[in-house]
Amino acid sequence: MSHAVRPKSISRRVRLKPDTTPRLTPDTTPRLTPDTTTRLKPDTTCRRPRIVSILCVSVAALVTISVSAQTPELRWGGDAEGGAPFVEADPNDPARVVGFEVDIAQLLAEGLGRTPRFIQTGFTTIDASVARGDFDIGLSGIEDSYARRTRLAVTVPYYRFQEILTVRAADAARFRTLADLRGRRVATLAATLAFDLLTAAEKEHGLLVVPYEDDVHPYTDLTVGRVDAVLLDEVLAERGVRRHPGLTNQPTSVGVGYYVGILAPENVALRNQIDAILKQAMRDGRLETIFRRWKMWNDDQPNLYGRVTADESSGAPQPQSAASDLSVWAATRRYLPSLLTATVITLVLSVLSMALAIIVGVLIASGRVYGPAPLKTLLTGWVELIRGTPLLLQLFVIYYGLATVVQLPAFLAALIGLGLNYGAYESEIYRSALESVPPGQLDAARTLGFSDRQTLMLIRGPQALRLALAPMTNDFVALLKDSSLVSLITVVELTKQTTIFASNIGSWFVPGVVCAALYLALSLPVSHLARRLEKRWRRT
Amino acid sequence: MAPDLNVLAVRDLEVRRGVRHVVRGVSLDVGRGEIVAVMGASGAGKTSVLRAVAGLDPIAAGSVAIDGLQLAAGPLPRGETLRQLHRRVGMVFQFHHLFEHLTALHNVWLALVHVQRHSQAEAERKARELLDHLGVGARAEATPRELSGGEAQRVAIARALAVGPPLLLMDEPTASLDPARRGELAATLRQLASEGRTIVVATHDEEFARSCAHRVLIMEEGRVAR
Repeated sequence: MSHAVRPKSISRRVRLKPDTTPRLTPDTTPRLTPDTTTRLKPDTTCRRPRIVSILCVSVAALVTISVSAQTPELRWGGDAEGGAPFVEADPNDPARVVGFEVDIAQLLAEGLGRTPRFIQTGFTTIDASVARGDFDIGLSGIEDSYARRTRLAVTVPYYRFQEILTVRAADAARFRTLADLRGRRVATLAATLAFDLLTAAEKEHGLLVVPYEDDVHPYTDLTVGRVDAVLLDEVLAERGVRRHPGLTNQPTSVGVGYYVGILAPENVALRNQIDAILKQAMRDGRLETIFRRWKMWNDDQPNLYGRVTADESSGAPQPQSAASDLSVWAATRRYLPSLLTATVITLVLSVLSMALAIIVGVLIASGRVYGPAPLKTLLTGWVELIRGTPLLLQLFVIYYGLATVVQLPAFLAALIGLGLNYGAYESEIYRSALESVPPGQLDAARTLGFSDRQTLMLIRGPQALRLALAPMTNDFVALLKDSSLVSLITVVELTKQTTIFASNIGSWFVPGVVCAALYLALSLPVSHLARRLEKRWRRT
Repeated sequence: MAPDLNVLAVRDLEVRRGVRHVVRGVSLDVGRGEIVAVMGASGAGKTSVLRAVAGLDPIAAGSVAIDGLQLAAGPLPRGETLRQLHRRVGMVFQFHHLFEHLTALHNVWLALVHVQRHSQAEAERKARELLDHLGVGARAEATPRELSGGEAQRVAIARALAVGPPLLLMDEPTASLDPARRGELAATLRQLASEGRTIVVATHDEEFARSCAHRVLIMEEGRVAR
């Protein structure tokens, strides 16, 4: 069976590497000026859910194309799922996109004498898309980072943000800094500067990082008590507090980052033109106008703009990380332990989920084969409900939907979600396998005096198991891979860890190969064992 | 024959399949050690009589008595009645219906261990004896797919006899046998009857029926014609 494909994630940022990042010290660091700021490691970043009709955005893009056919275009990529104030479909006219990034793209296009054209791109693929030429520039709340600078042409930073700690109002006095959160769960977006800050704090202060795939659920889970704090940038923190009155933002910044535009590495000439346009817009107040319109303007920006416009040589703060940090092999070695840990999580989760699925499947199949008519109808309805709805939706309902009633730990929610989902598929396999055992054998068993239960355990079940083995193996291998979906409810398994790894080094090649090898190492022995069993059983 | 001497006494038996009467008012007495062949064309109701006696199909009307156990009209026998029935009746099916995941020997001892609660060793010993007795001892470790039609039938007979029923029902036993094997089967049944086993055979093979049965009944359209 096949299941839901991993959905495009809703909002997120990319992560910066921990170690190379001279840490912006938590709490004590009131903003570092660009030059002094050691760069946070690369990656991307983005955010905000907000279900936006991608269709509408596509239509908008088409309209734009037709309008601008005569003048050259500035193709810019972003993720409209990120939502306001970055990029989102205009609530009044879903065929348009609005947001400060849209305004900046317009500003850049005007400066270049081009027409802007928005290209919808999943947040995590913006870096790869711009590198392969899908568009000229990526603008989507992308965080400046060391790795990004080494593989892409990065513009001067045009916005400076602080990482803000959000807590429940009742905890405001006791959870002021990361150091106060020893043993506590702190939520953030995976693969972002905030994630790196927390990863470092995990060792230093003994807190637990809970990575999310979107920037809404950290705040809802904070409200219900699943986590004790959220660390995200101020734009998201402000929005989180606005939506959840029981939350409050701590005044002290935990770290600082910058938004930049990214271009393909060979596009240095265009990048330089854009840098000049941005600097001019910093001087003449047009950027300020844009950020004021989106209520993002604050005292940090004039300081940033002053430094950026004063530095004619390079424009942007230079990363200080050592180049050796970038070696793919060194990074692979460094990530291998966490990949192996994630592999164990994938394996344990898959094995336990499959065990649950088998139990659920046997019970449902038995009920459908042996039960009274109302039970059969009920079970058939259940199987159709589970098979007919996406696994992802089921995981969300179990983890987030039930949160007000029962707050399941993420791993348990993942286990239940996968087990129930696969249990429905297993039940169909077992039911058809049970019904494939010739009814004559059941008559024979009855005339020999076997009870129904004995017939099932001694005669029907064992033969059905032989028939079910191949499809079960298939399902287990599928489950190993589907378990990657649970990263959406904060379980860091193999695929999630690989994503973090890949965004960190800026390439999918080595992480992809390592990840594939680990998945194969899990699935091949299972397939091999199943083939041996089948061979042994074939005799009968 | 007086009723109390009969191993099987069928009185005015009616069996329905849906709304159709497949057996209408059949009566039949079979004594200990007797072989009775029930003959008739396909659909005459032979198999339905055997299935009702074996407790596989419900009795619509009439009654069946097997070695003192009364089966009345109504739903399929359950519980203690069913257990008593299985001690009295063994059935060999037209297509044998051996358990395909088990060896010949295992097919024979399975019910001895799980229904009659014999020890495994004793059950296996008894199963081997039966297979030897029926001439298929050498095939004990073969699986059903590895057996010929004649071998599978002998294993099926051994399986039915293992629990020691006084009455053995056989449905179309010659269907999968060549003429030479039919002769062997007739001899085997004669042998079993001489040991005190009562046997009812449903068949449309007249030559076989005449070669082994003490008595032949002809069924037509659910009734005993002669």
